[in-house]
Amino acid sequence: MGTIWFWIVAAMLTLYVVLDGFDLGVGIVYLLVARTEQDRRKAMHAIGPVWDGNEVWLIAGGGTLFFAFPLLYASSFSGFYLPLTIVLWLLIVRGMSIELRAHTHDSVFMSLFDATFAFSSLVLAIFFGAALANVIRGVPLGADDYFFLPLWTNWRTGPNPGILDWYTVLGGLLAAVAIAMHGLLYLALKTTGDLNTRSTAWAKKALPVVAILTLASVPATVIARPDSLIHYQEHGVAWLAPAMVVVSLVMIAISLARGWEWRAFLGSCTYLASMLVGAAAGLYPVVLPSVGTEGKSITIDEALAGPHTVRVGLVWWTFGILLALIYTVTVYWLFRGKVPEHSEGYGH
Amino acid sequence: MDALTLHRIHFAFTITYHYLFPQLTMGLALLIFIMKLIALRTDDPAKRERYDEASRFWARIFAVNFVIGVVTGIPMEFQFGTNWSEFSRRTGGVIGQPLAMEGVFSFFLESAFLGLLLFGEKRISRKLHTLAAFMVFLGSWISGFFIIVTDAWMQHPVAYKILPNGVYEVTSFWGLLMNPWAWLQYAHNMSGAVITGAFVVAATGALYLLQRKHEEYGRLFLKVGVIAGIASCVAQIFPTGDLHGKYMARHQPAAVAGMEGLFHSTPGAPIVLMGQPDVERQTIDNPLAVNKVLSFLIYGTTSAEVKGLDQIPQDQWPSALPLLFYSYHIMAGLGTYFAGLMIIAGFLLWRGQLYNARWLLWPILLSFPLPYIANTAGWMTAELGRQPWLVYGLMRTSEGYSKHIGPGTSLFTLLGFLGMYSVLSILWIVMVYTAIQKGPKAPVVDAGHDGHTLTTA
Ligand code: HDD
Ligand code: HEM
Ligand code: HEM
Repeated sequence: MGTIWFWIVAAMLTLYVVLDGFDLGVGIVYLLVARTEQDRRKAMHAIGPVWDGNEVWLIAGGGTLFFAFPLLYASSFSGFYLPLTIVLWLLIVRGMSIELRAHTHDSVFMSLFDATFAFSSLVLAIFFGAALANVIRGVPLGADDYFFLPLWTNWRTGPNPGILDWYTVLGGLLAAVAIAMHGLLYLALKTTGDLNTRSTAWAKKALPVVAILTLASVPATVIARPDSLIHYQEHGVAWLAPAMVVVSLVMIAISLARGWEWRAFLGSCTYLASMLVGAAAGLYPVVLPSVGTEGKSITIDEALAGPHTVRVGLVWWTFGILLALIYTVTVYWLFRGKVPEHSEGYGH
Repeated sequence: MDALTLHRIHFAFTITYHYLFPQLTMGLALLIFIMKLIALRTDDPAKRERYDEASRFWARIFAVNFVIGVVTGIPMEFQFGTNWSEFSRRTGGVIGQPLAMEGVFSFFLESAFLGLLLFGEKRISRKLHTLAAFMVFLGSWISGFFIIVTDAWMQHPVAYKILPNGVYEVTSFWGLLMNPWAWLQYAHNMSGAVITGAFVVAATGALYLLQRKHEEYGRLFLKVGVIAGIASCVAQIFPTGDLHGKYMARHQPAAVAGMEGLFHSTPGAPIVLMGQPDVERQTIDNPLAVNKVLSFLIYGTTSAEVKGLDQIPQDQWPSALPLLFYSYHIMAGLGTYFAGLMIIAGFLLWRGQLYNARWLLWPILLSFPLPYIANTAGWMTAELGRQPWLVYGLMRTSEGYSKHIGPGTSLFTLLGFLGMYSVLSILWIVMVYTAIQKGPKAPVVDAGHDGHTLTTA
């Protein structure tokens, strides 16, 4: 039961990264590739009808984490108090920037909201990457299963880490570049003209950087968390995830060279998903590793809610998520295809 | 200030601010759906276009409020973990359930169909577009339900058992969802949201008529607002407020005694309409009271004894007693005023005099902030009345907060939220005011389509 819920939560958060990832990615590259007002409107139009729904995967994933693993939710959310609060603020800025830009006709304010949109998207991507790296590296759990992390200490991994150290900064960088590429490929897929050309060109430049950082993350992870390979050694299937990472990178490269927009974007979705699944597989059955001397790592079994709760939960969750998938697919289908050349933007 | 106080203020501030937005969107969602339905049903093309355009206009206002509702709602969801971790750890298996269900069942629904409602009108048929409006309404009302189930469990815990490690476990899923407290609270709260929606719509109508702008829509808004207003304002007092009060008197006597300022148990208890509670001397200063009414309201007979605070150990008294007393009186006082105002307006509407009754349009316009105050005061009543318990009778508020988050850290994020939300408020005012000033577009007949379609210029 615990394993099922572990993968359910992992899948929801992965879907969040894949879906909201391209919204964030569009934000990161927005000032770079969308130069004219027309292009900016088109870029906004590409994410306008879907970004809010994409964000719901974070909320629903967080809610599911809360009820399935109350201990993990309580310990990690309070332990990551400061970065999480900053993420919340950035989500506020991002959401408001998108909405406000659509409501403004004054060019001064439009460039202000353009800037806040780009800035918040970039920092969010870095924070998400760093957050994942924090979980992989482990946190200084106390005997009561709680911890508190300052934003930084001595930038080193080890028993007294901060939110930011060399390893988590690397994670943040990798996330920012990978998500930027994801956004570029989405823009290429959804637009025509200059915006399309420029996005494709930048995606070609981003790909090698993503590949190099991905490669670098492997030895880095082994240094930061020496036992991270144990689970891979125990369960051979886990190797599928890194294999898929490689396959998807190749797929992006080939698709970019041949001008296959759909496959390139799918490749990038697969890349992000395999990276996250790979990370989850490396943790399992631990959900929050400890680096301290006092507390032990929190495992699935310790964190899982009561037996009745999780059994009933599986019934309504399955039903609800099917409905959610139907809505999501419907919306994407209705807004399929390229953004029209002379779109009126995401204004209402 | 100590950490506990700061965490409480942190939660109280962020939730109060969040709820300013859903109360309007939940109320508006219903009204937009009704307007779409009227447009769908009518055979008169001019009327259809008017109602369609009115719903487009309100959907734009909805969107602005929705986005702020979303960005301020996410911090709520996270705050259980960040600031109330011990509470979350112990009760997550129970309250996490409705919270997760809210995400899975309503937020997806709401956001998907809102996209269709706002951007899809040209891509789907009229019927489907009306369906989208219905789905948005459904989504926001389901969302309200799950949240209320969460709160109701804290007010009146049901269907739980405590495991050996101190963690709470649900014993019956349906028992949790069918908590009688939740249904009473839900009815009262949703009716309160419709009041906010109705007052905002009616006030906009009154503004247009007073400004002699968009008058056609001014009349429409006023009519829709006043009719919805009468229904919801009456329902707010009777049966929902009344039933909720009676149920509370049985299950949270301390909260009721605090709300009513009843320090001493009395048969034939009076109702205090106004006054200032003095907790030290246990009296009400300058009371304006009507004898026996409280006993009657709660038990249906004028002689019944109502439990006062003297029968409750002092360490279980609601901690902020005067504030509780005032919150309750503000809510109930405003509720009485709303019902009066709307009934007078409804009478004039029926007589066909409302649109010219400028003396009444002014109070309708100026009253639009009051439902926000009433709803906030209502929640303060509920949440302060629950004190000192976090989960009524089971877990004290002082047991639930994140012990290792110091007061300095909590104050830091509280100040951050204060700053962020101040900016949001300014932006909200500018956006909504601009949208209202622009108004709905004037309808223009477009003969190019299939004979009876109208589009806007
Ligand atoms: C427009 C808003 C509004 C208005 C006019 C009223 N209420 Fe209310 N009331 C609410 C909005 C509200 C609320 C925000 O919806 C609350 C807070 C918690 C809840 O579920 O509903 C609430 C709670 C609430 C409670 C329960 C408090 C608790 O749970 O501890 C009672 C007993 C009443 N109300 C009674 C009344 C009466 C007798 C009213 C009429 C005169 C009245 N309310 C008008
Ligand atoms: C329905 C969902 C809600 C839930 C689950 C909820 C839960 C909580 C929690 C966990 C606390 C902190 C612990 C405590 O002080 O007891 C709290 C306090 C508080 N909440 Fe709510 N709340 C909800 C809705 C609201 C709303 C809509 C408002 C106001 C508009 C509100 C006003 C307050 C206030 C004023 C406090 C501080 C009370 C005090 O500490 O004395 N709550 N609530
Ligand atoms: C502590 C309590 C609360 C939590 C954790 C919470 C959480 C959230 C979250 C995460 C969202 C964003 C959802 C999205 O992306 O669509 C949201 C929006 C919303 N919330 Fe809350 N909320 C709380 C209190 C309330 C209360 C008291 C109500 C009403 C009864 C309410 C009704 C809504 C509605 C209708 C929305 C949709 C957005 C909107 O219409 O503005 N919430 N809430």
